[in-house]
Amino acid sequence: MATLNQTISDAQGHASLVRRNKNQDILIAGLGMLILVIAISTLLAMFLDLFITGLPRLQDPDFYMSFPSRKAEQAGILSAWVGTILVMIVTAAISIPLGVAAGVYLEEYAGSNWMTDLIEINVTNLAGVPSIVYGLLALGLFIYAFGMSETVLVAGLVLSLLILPVIIVSTREAIRSIPEAYKEAAIGLGADQWQTTYAYILPAARPGIITGAIVGLSRAIGETAPIITIGALTYIAFLPNAPISGDFPFINFDWITSPFTVMPIQMFSWVSRPQAEFQINAAAAGVVLMVLTLMMNAIAIYIRYKVRHKD
Amino acid sequence: MTSFSKSIGMMKNVSTTAEPVATKRTHSAPPPASAGQEDTWLLEPEEELRARVSDLEFWYGDGTQAIQKLNMPLVDKRVTALIGPSGCGKSTFLRCLNRMHDLYKGVKYSGEITLMPENVNLIELDPMVVRLRVGMVFQKPNPFPKTIYENTIAGLRIRGIKKRAVLDEMAEKSLRQAALWDEVKDRLHQSALSLSGGQQQRLCIARALAVQPDILLLDEPTSALDPIATARIEDLLNELEGQVTILMVTHNMQQAARISNYTAYMYMGQLVEFNETDALFTRPKCQRTEDYISGRFG
Ligand SMILES: Nc1ncnc2c1ncn2[C@@H]1O[C@H](COP(=O)(O)OP(=O)(O)OP(=O)(O)O)[C@@H](O)[C@H]1O
Ligand SMILES: [Mg+2]
Repeated sequence: MATLNQTISDAQGHASLVRRNKNQDILIAGLGMLILVIAISTLLAMFLDLFITGLPRLQDPDFYMSFPSRKAEQAGILSAWVGTILVMIVTAAISIPLGVAAGVYLEEYAGSNWMTDLIEINVTNLAGVPSIVYGLLALGLFIYAFGMSETVLVAGLVLSLLILPVIIVSTREAIRSIPEAYKEAAIGLGADQWQTTYAYILPAARPGIITGAIVGLSRAIGETAPIITIGALTYIAFLPNAPISGDFPFINFDWITSPFTVMPIQMFSWVSRPQAEFQINAAAAGVVLMVLTLMMNAIAIYIRYKVRHKD
Repeated sequence: MTSFSKSIGMMKNVSTTAEPVATKRTHSAPPPASAGQEDTWLLEPEEELRARVSDLEFWYGDGTQAIQKLNMPLVDKRVTALIGPSGCGKSTFLRCLNRMHDLYKGVKYSGEITLMPENVNLIELDPMVVRLRVGMVFQKPNPFPKTIYENTIAGLRIRGIKKRAVLDEMAEKSLRQAALWDEVKDRLHQSALSLSGGQQQRLCIARALAVQPDILLLDEPTSALDPIATARIEDLLNELEGQVTILMVTHNMQQAARISNYTAYMYMGQLVEFNETDALFTRPKCQRTEDYISGRFG
């Protein structure tokens, strides 16, 4: 006891303790900084390399507005970026409602029994399944079993499967982070479970859900393997029917069943050609794809930032 | 109300905070001659009742029994204060009355809470039906992250009321009742989170009043507030006497004395004494009540 008291009131000891802690802080901060610098400079070097290589094509407006071609200097990414956007629209339209609904169900409605435990373990594991396995599943199920062809719809379906776990998990986390007090306030006013969820919990959880959805979509936008597996074409020299037209009924969904290509596939096709000029195209397409992905992540970060600074 | 008379009102109340236990009704009571010898004491009020709790018992999901054979009347349109040491089951009892516990798994009730003119057992009703009639205000203000207006009429929306005129009218009426109207009438469509803690709590009271509940439960509604905000809410509760049946948990015995007509003292999940407030504080019937209110423990 006496020694303890001595230690506690030993001023010199305190000074050395503080010094040791400070040194530790500096060490950890320095290490973190180092790792961060390595990671960022790798990314930056890659991006710069692509950018410099692709610059001749990036500067050419025709690059964005032409179809692929056998001549490298005439080949463009029009069908690829249109395809990417259409596939993303289908993916978002399928995965967000399904994923949010599943997350809400698991978090708010399902009791906890062995069934929901099983579902929970599976959802978490699914997030770690290699994407090509999803491609094989889609090939077997959608193409062979259901007789669908390699269309925008099938691509959207397989990418939706791929990112559903991400959206489900982030929805659950967003809902779980809502203070119990909101829920009790709504229930205490006489709201039923659906009113509570729909009118009070989901709006409060929206930022977290949107962030999760965007993180999922930015993963989907770069996916190549599952889309190649389902047999997407690498050479598409036409655009799907525009979804909006001047004639009645003005809106059509032909594009959903249209063949397509996407940015990563276009890149892959160019990279695998022997001619050096195509490597320039590939690099330029890579820059465009990275910019698309970074933009989506920027939106996610912006939403999180806005929420954090609201209260 | 002008801001001048308001500040007078506030000052009056602030000053009472510092006084020793002064009861609401002014007729002077003799000091406790000798603390009562009773073990428990349950006054049978002469006024009309809104509910009667009989042999209520409650268990949490983990098997903890938090309420034991609790008996107590709840007088119609009067303020009843619930006091007792921390952990004695005040919040648990309060949350039985709007069946909030039913949100969580494995809880169990036994006994009866009979709602008076209807003569139905609240424990056997659908919890949703109960919550439509019994409002609640929590210890920490918990407005929704929506506008002040939307918060006020949240309960009306839940009940499917859509007519703009009705909503507007009820919003103004309940904000006035909660003495908040003058402060927020120009910013009804701003976020409720921009209000101060005391304003938020009055907003929560307005939200609970907007649906005209039969019974209003308050769980330490002023414990997170400063003395001025507390005084305003006490004024408000005083005004509600005669309109709503109120059951309020408080740790502040001066507060219980200032605003309640009846007081119940709970200890370890049981009711020790239920009496008129001034009687309970000046002539407690039970030694345990006497010990608690005189600060000898708790
Ligand atoms: N969710 C729970 N599960 C199990 N036991 C609980 C739960 N909540 C409260 N209890 C127990 O029930 C008893 C009563 O708790 P309660 O919260 O009702 O006390 P209280 O009188 O409101 O106290 P305080 O004045 O501190 O708010 C305590 O012993 C507590 O540990
Ligand atoms: Mg409590």
